[in-house]
Amino acid sequence: MAQLNINGRTHNVEVEPDTPLLWAIREQVGLTGTKYGCGVAQCGACSVHLNGEVVRSCSIPVSSIKAGDRITTIEGLSRDSSHPVQKAWAAIDVPQCGYCQSGQIMAAAALLAKKPKPTDKDIDEAMTNICRCGTYHRIRAAVHMAAGNTKVGSADAAATDNTTV
Amino acid sequence: MKTTISSELPKISRRKFLVSTAAAGGGLALGFSLPFGIGDAAAQSVAAASEINIWVVVQPDETCVIRIARAEMGQGTLTGLAQLVAEELECDWKKVKTEQITAGQNLARKRAWGDMSTSGSRGIRQSHDYVRRGGAAARMMLVQAAASEWNVPVGDLQVANGVITHAGSGRSTTYGKVANAAAKLTPPDLKSIKLKETKNWKIAGKPLRRLDTIDKLNGQKIYAIDLKMPGMLHATVKDCPVFGGKLASFDDSKVKGMAGVKSVMKVNDTTVAVVADTWWRAKKAMDALPIVWDEGPNAKVNSASIAEHLKSGLTGSDAFAQIDTGDAPKAIAAAAKKIEAVYSVPFTSHTPMEPMNCTVKLSPDKAEIWIPTQSLEASLAALSSASGQPLDKCEAYVMDLGGGFGRRIGNQDVVRQGVAIAKAFPGTPVKMVWTREEDQAHDFYRPIAQCRLFAGVDEKGNLAGLHLRVSGQSINAFANPAAIKDGKDIRQLQGLWPTLEGDAQIGYTHANLRTEYAMRNTHLPVGPWRGVNTNQNGIFMECFMDEVAKLANRDPLEFRRSLMSERPKHLGVLNAAAEKAGWGKPLPKGVYRGIAQFMGYGSYSAAVAEVSVSPKGEVKVHRCVFALDCGNVVNPDQTAAQIEGSVAYGMTTLHSEISVEKGRVVETNFDNFRVMKIAEMPKVEVVLPLTHDFWGGVGEPTICVVVPAILNAIHAATGKPVRSLPLSKQGLTLV
Repeated sequence: MAQLNINGRTHNVEVEPDTPLLWAIREQVGLTGTKYGCGVAQCGACSVHLNGEVVRSCSIPVSSIKAGDRITTIEGLSRDSSHPVQKAWAAIDVPQCGYCQSGQIMAAAALLAKKPKPTDKDIDEAMTNICRCGTYHRIRAAVHMAAGNTKVGSADAAATDNTTV
Repeated sequence: MKTTISSELPKISRRKFLVSTAAAGGGLALGFSLPFGIGDAAAQSVAAASEINIWVVVQPDETCVIRIARAEMGQGTLTGLAQLVAEELECDWKKVKTEQITAGQNLARKRAWGDMSTSGSRGIRQSHDYVRRGGAAARMMLVQAAASEWNVPVGDLQVANGVITHAGSGRSTTYGKVANAAAKLTPPDLKSIKLKETKNWKIAGKPLRRLDTIDKLNGQKIYAIDLKMPGMLHATVKDCPVFGGKLASFDDSKVKGMAGVKSVMKVNDTTVAVVADTWWRAKKAMDALPIVWDEGPNAKVNSASIAEHLKSGLTGSDAFAQIDTGDAPKAIAAAAKKIEAVYSVPFTSHTPMEPMNCTVKLSPDKAEIWIPTQSLEASLAALSSASGQPLDKCEAYVMDLGGGFGRRIGNQDVVRQGVAIAKAFPGTPVKMVWTREEDQAHDFYRPIAQCRLFAGVDEKGNLAGLHLRVSGQSINAFANPAAIKDGKDIRQLQGLWPTLEGDAQIGYTHANLRTEYAMRNTHLPVGPWRGVNTNQNGIFMECFMDEVAKLANRDPLEFRRSLMSERPKHLGVLNAAAEKAGWGKPLPKGVYRGIAQFMGYGSYSAAVAEVSVSPKGEVKVHRCVFALDCGNVVNPDQTAAQIEGSVAYGMTTLHSEISVEKGRVVETNFDNFRVMKIAEMPKVEVVLPLTHDFWGGVGEPTICVVVPAILNAIHAATGKPVRSLPLSKQGLTLV
């Protein structure tokens, strides 16, 4: 039994203490935006925020979560996909298959919370998540866009947009 | 099933069908989507929607639903196909939605939607014509319906953005209003429809945003691995780590009492499964399960013994020649200067980010599977044969793939395993998910290959002859032996095929040219890997071409051009990439260029890489410039995205390999299979010098020039050719 505060709600989960936070989030709480990619804290698909810090939830047992710890998953990053990182990601169509993108977005949001104007070197050091589709080129551009280093969206993009963020 | 709306999810899309379940512990009502193919529409009370034809459904609210028969795995085919249909349909792009058909629906309509498999960069290049005709036919029927209603000649009507107008009377109507009448009309003859010229396109050919992005940004996108169904059980498997070995025994007494464990079972001769109430509990029990393997005859094979086996093919008498123009060996022997080189590339894995998985439900009268697959029809067939249910009692639903790259196309190993497990739980959905370790250890790897090349140049620096011998594993020998005609497996020479017309043709012609292949198979299973054999052959031919140019004391670009006068499209992209990259212009100190061209999947690619190498052997790729001629382009922005992606997927092979010890794969997770990350990603620039007279692929063509362009730049920087991968074998590291 563990008590988890996720996206502002408290969840009591019946799991063995060594259950990774990832699997408590996915299988007990039922939030599947956080992904399993490797199970050994290498790929970052499972990235969530723990008290504002980005962590790899596949390698954190629920027993290490303390009362009062606040966990934010991709579902709780914003109410309506309006976080600057999500908006930038949409504006330049970062995702391909999308499977790693929850983790990429959580890593980027944590980076920007600490360093609102990150350099390329900051991005290299903070964004160590794996993407096999190879969206790195656009992730870099989108982080800069979310930081306000470049303009969000363009006239062309707006004119041809099928979807609204 | 009871329907409910979840408080967890802020926005529910039309196609999401909500069912309730009691979440363990919390007792929350959880919203989740369960795809049922095109039947979804009925579930959402839009029975008033009209199917104009198999591709287009128009709803009273003006939504145009465009049906997609190919798999979306990130490559953007879904959006591209919708653009092609919408272009001819003349609908409002903002009102377009898509829905995926199922394999059973295609079968029930005698495969009206055509081939559903998504590989070989064929999603658009092989379906553009019939999907555009489908869009055009739907438009003609909608306009005819308005003409009939107003009793005016159809030629007097105009249509744009889903609005039909009659200038003479000032009347107008919309697709949504006439859809019901249109659906009752006799369809026009598809063959006689005149499609728009590409220069008049307004939706296709434009860099539109993808249709499937938003759900990927907020956790709402449901991949197959995310599916939840009432009463669902969870499974994981372990297959004998040595290929060709067997499962000898396992001691389930050690894990049967563990929390949540429902069953420990033999899946087949080589595989054991644990089934539990959650996946984590199944995985934990699997880790604790004592298993004895009969490792079989391959337990002593390793990378060194495989390399020796391949080496024998470089000189063996069993090779066949595909191109044998003039007498290359004789011309080389007589040449003023000669060069010989042996190249080698290792096995590598697909490693899509979403691990292998499927959900299977076997009922007495129906077998169903939900699966991220590149070939839904192959998955359906495997479901039928494995479950024993006839095809018309089977249904296969594709879930958008968390990466494919060729891993999820041919072999339906996952389906057979999933069905074998689900047989033990009739009526219960069982979701089987592999660990990353299982995915790495049981892939269908990109074939290992070596290549011996000879060339000679005359006193003037002209090529006297070139002779290439590939020795390596055959995909066809493993997966499709019937494709090998007269013992000649030309697929392994992909990208070097002769003649001007074709899909993966050599870009050079010469009076003395010989290309050969000697088959040397191993015990590892192999399969298509993004770009397939153009990867290895591109490295062999294009890196050696730089070695020969150097021997001839000529510029690599100019030397290539001298051999390409009969290959104008290959030459076109080579020149375009060189121009865009500023070939020959000064570079910052320590930065060097490399160039490569190659052809695959019906498209022509060239790249220029800019690289520096530190004294410690640290390789930094600063910039890659690509030229791609895919004939016509449907979405230039997504085409650029595919090219960017090919850089990362290709560059990972500079870092990593799949090696073999004791008959098994060594690199079983990201800690020892090093995948490229953002820090190593160069700037990528793209130019599309389109010739508009053919339709080529996009997802795979450029990957074959990524690595050779970079290796040629390293050669330029260090003076030493790189003849084997990964780079660590040369004391080099990618940074």
